[in-house]
Amino acid sequence: MHTNREINTNPLSAEMKTLAENLLSELDKGDVKSALALVNTLNSVRDQTLFNEIGKLTRALHDSIRNIDIDGENTSSDLDYTRNKLTYVLEMTGKSANTTLDLADASVPLVNEISESSNELSKRWQQFLRRELSPDDFRELTRDIGHYLDNTAVHSNELRDKISQIVLAQDFQDLTGQIIHKVADLIIDVEKRLVSLVSMAASVDQITGISHESAKDENTKSSDQLDIVADGPQINSSSSTVSNQDDVDDLLSSLGF
Amino acid sequence: MKILIVDDFSTMRRIVKNLLRDLGFTNTQEADDGTTALPMLQNGDFDFLVTDWNMPGMTGLDLLKHVRADERLKNLPVLMVTAEAKRDQIVAAAQAGVNGYVVKPFTAAVLKEKIDKIFERVES
Repeated sequence: MHTNREINTNPLSAEMKTLAENLLSELDKGDVKSALALVNTLNSVRDQTLFNEIGKLTRALHDSIRNIDIDGENTSSDLDYTRNKLTYVLEMTGKSANTTLDLADASVPLVNEISESSNELSKRWQQFLRRELSPDDFRELTRDIGHYLDNTAVHSNELRDKISQIVLAQDFQDLTGQIIHKVADLIIDVEKRLVSLVSMAASVDQITGISHESAKDENTKSSDQLDIVADGPQINSSSSTVSNQDDVDDLLSSLGF
Repeated sequence: MKILIVDDFSTMRRIVKNLLRDLGFTNTQEADDGTTALPMLQNGDFDFLVTDWNMPGMTGLDLLKHVRADERLKNLPVLMVTAEAKRDQIVAAAQAGVNGYVVKPFTAAVLKEKIDKIFERVES
């Protein structure tokens, strides 16, 4: 950053002051020709300073823009890279969610079968304990219990396998976490550079004497007329957001729900 | 009981669909935003709408407004299941005529409670 925000002080203002004093004394003496020459000198001092400052700002602006957008000598930029990485995060989290849901879906029938068979066998076992089973029924029961034990062993193995696959499907957290950290760092960097652009713009305003009244008016207007729009999950709850379902229920019941 | 689930994320649709199935609602269909959901609602005999808020195309809030403005659909019970948790937003959804509002992340128990409550009120 090479902006010169002290433009109105020291060498320049000292030079202009000297020129102005000379101008006054020439006018006092009645030498209009010399006075006009001094006015021209004053103008050229101002122009020269302006050119120098704008030159410096243009160079700084150029550097800042290049730093934000271009990564190395290749055409791909940090922002392109970030967009690709975030798409990758989206794909990985989506894939993991689907894998987990698939495994959960595949596990439900196994659990159901164990549960139904054990309930059914339990009833017949109670009948046996109450001596309500005929020898034939009992033989059938022992055979079914044998099947049940074999099946349950197979089902438990399948379930254990599915649970371990569900655990493995969470490996995205590590990789997406690393990517998100990188993206957060990049955003901090871009923010810093944008702040320096803003301060450069302020220097330009200072040199040229431009003021921005209309921009401020528009900002306040737009926040007053804020529409109800969707803006995703609230990560830090504040007084304008609810933090859980109970808060939602309270709010709705206060509205007569 | 025929239910339409509207969410732009297929994972979320699947989760809601699974929860509804566990609650005994097996006749469900899916749409990925309001623009595709509205004609389905207009042409199908849906009894219940579960919708997200933040979707490309038509948002859930706009879908709700269209439903309430449609003579044949205006009495359709609508449950909003969404990450939108600003007080202003919940008030806006209530004013637009939502029947229930569940904030993500949610549990199966909360979803069941809200659905039961909606049908209790609809039937009474």
